Amino acid sequence: MVTSKKTALAHSITTVILTVIGALWLVPILWTMYQSLRPYGEVLKFGSFSLAKTINFNNYYTALVQSQMWRYFINAVVVALPAVILTLFLASMVAFVVSRYSFRFNIPLLMLFTAGNLLPAQLVFIPLYRIYLSIPVPHFINENGVLYDTQLGLILIHVAFQMGFATFVLSNYMKTIPKEISESALVDGASVWIHYSRIMLPLLRPALASLGVLMTTWIYNDFFWSVALLKTGNKRPITAALNNLQGEFFKDYNLLAAGATMAFIPTLIVFFALRRQFVAGLTLGSTKG
Amino acid sequence: MSSTGTELTAAGAKAPRRRRRSNFTKKDRTVLFGLVGIPTILHVLFVWIPAILTVLLSFTFWNGIGGIKEIHWAGFQNYTQIFSLYEAFPKALRNNALWLGFFALIPTPLGILLAYFIDKNLKGSKFYQTAFYLPMVLSLAVTGIVWDYIFRTNGLVNSLMGDTSVESATSWFGDPNKNIWVVLGIASWRHIGYVMLLYLAGMKAVDPSLHEAAGIDGASDWYTFRKVVFPSLRPVNVIIIVVTVIDSLRAFDLVFIINRGRNGLELLGVLVYENIFGESSRIGWGAALATMLFLMSIIPIMVYLYQTFKAEE
Repeated sequence: MVTSKKTALAHSITTVILTVIGALWLVPILWTMYQSLRPYGEVLKFGSFSLAKTINFNNYYTALVQSQMWRYFINAVVVALPAVILTLFLASMVAFVVSRYSFRFNIPLLMLFTAGNLLPAQLVFIPLYRIYLSIPVPHFINENGVLYDTQLGLILIHVAFQMGFATFVLSNYMKTIPKEISESALVDGASVWIHYSRIMLPLLRPALASLGVLMTTWIYNDFFWSVALLKTGNKRPITAALNNLQGEFFKDYNLLAAGATMAFIPTLIVFFALRRQFVAGLTLGSTKG
Repeated sequence: MSSTGTELTAAGAKAPRRRRRSNFTKKDRTVLFGLVGIPTILHVLFVWIPAILTVLLSFTFWNGIGGIKEIHWAGFQNYTQIFSLYEAFPKALRNNALWLGFFALIPTPLGILLAYFIDKNLKGSKFYQTAFYLPMVLSLAVTGIVWDYIFRTNGLVNSLMGDTSVESATSWFGDPNKNIWVVLGIASWRHIGYVMLLYLAGMKAVDPSLHEAAGIDGASDWYTFRKVVFPSLRPVNVIIIVVTVIDSLRAFDLVFIINRGRNGLELLGVLVYENIFGESSRIGWGAALATMLFLMSIIPIMVYLYQTFKAEE
């Protein structure tokens, strides 16, 4: 492309403007991090908008150890990890069938999953709440003996919902894998199960990785379902637990800032380390040609 | 990574050579049934059946405390009551509409504009690209807390304005005339990056020869974008519209964490929650509100399905 002086100038101006906006974009995050490093007493005295005299990690220590925030991180892992693995597994099964075999139900089935994923959660949770209250579970899972207020229940609803999106994305991805691979497997007499588990599943790895990163972030970030389905505060994963911490850290905003920072740091790490997977996961499902 | 046109042909091309059901061994048939059946049953049982039950419940009276025997037929009374008696309802409806209108007019076009600039690959684009993506990775709950430090009484904005006293400083979240706008701004902070990301991915897929042809003809970048790139991105445009509408209807977390969706921040999604878990448990009202949300989501969902599956029919 021809770059005249005029366009070069326009480009520099654009760069400057976008860099300034980009910096402004980061202000809320950086500001919260800054507050998290300051003792509350000092902020009370000089206001939040003041040059810090003391910078330390005391708030982090207090939040993590005294307020036992580490528990909520464990809760988040206990929910997200099985939910993501189960979702990917189940979704890949459906995606395999609808993209490798020509059944009449393929498209209606995909539509069912895709539409299900787009339903408002509020539409689902009223009866689900009652259903969860009436499904018995063994007492070692929940001392009240019902599915409501268990992490298992939370995992199940995440799986049921996210499966819609994952099935859609994986079936799109699978359609780009050449049919010849399947044909030759069938000629060799591979059974359906071998075809799925030995031939297609390994080929899905890049898509599974991208989706896995994205869905882990989504489930980790979930607020609605955790609040709606877990009554007991210390069963909640970190994102929803911030709601309790807000009350618990009543007025010690610098402590809450440390809590919030700790809650988002894992997602930032995932984003920076696995950015390509994250972006691919998002666009895999949404841009079709 | 994004899929191209090949899949469209792949889906249909093999149809004449498809294996008939009778070709499967008994074991294969069982496996196929399991592969499709187990996930489908789980999905239908946990998503679709509750959704249908909600619609049914919206025509009943139920306090939710008594058993299923306590459910009484109500006809459309929940709906008429909500429209005539429920004070929070018109506010929520207005706020959801405002949310949708605002999202459609401000952050969505801004996201597209940003994608246009970033696609030029100017110097330093890595930095601001990352900056615009970042909010998307944060949960809405964290987003609410993070912005609280900016807009609270003694937060950054009031500090810069020079008044942080409880008596006289602006209460950004407390003033029912202002808080919805503040919240919309915060939600946009997140939405812009999302739109930008989807758009950039779409633009990468545009045939470069289109750009070049337009460039040779002497068309400006902006003109090329408007007349060549934008129209060719129709599928992405539709998806962005759908995402915008659905996100506006589903909005919940942000206002819930700020003030539980009260005092100017009422939203339909929060009212559903309040009717189930609030002081007075009115399952019928909650279900009716959820059903209204559902009716409003049907249109974008249909548009999305049509856009996505029309090529495969």
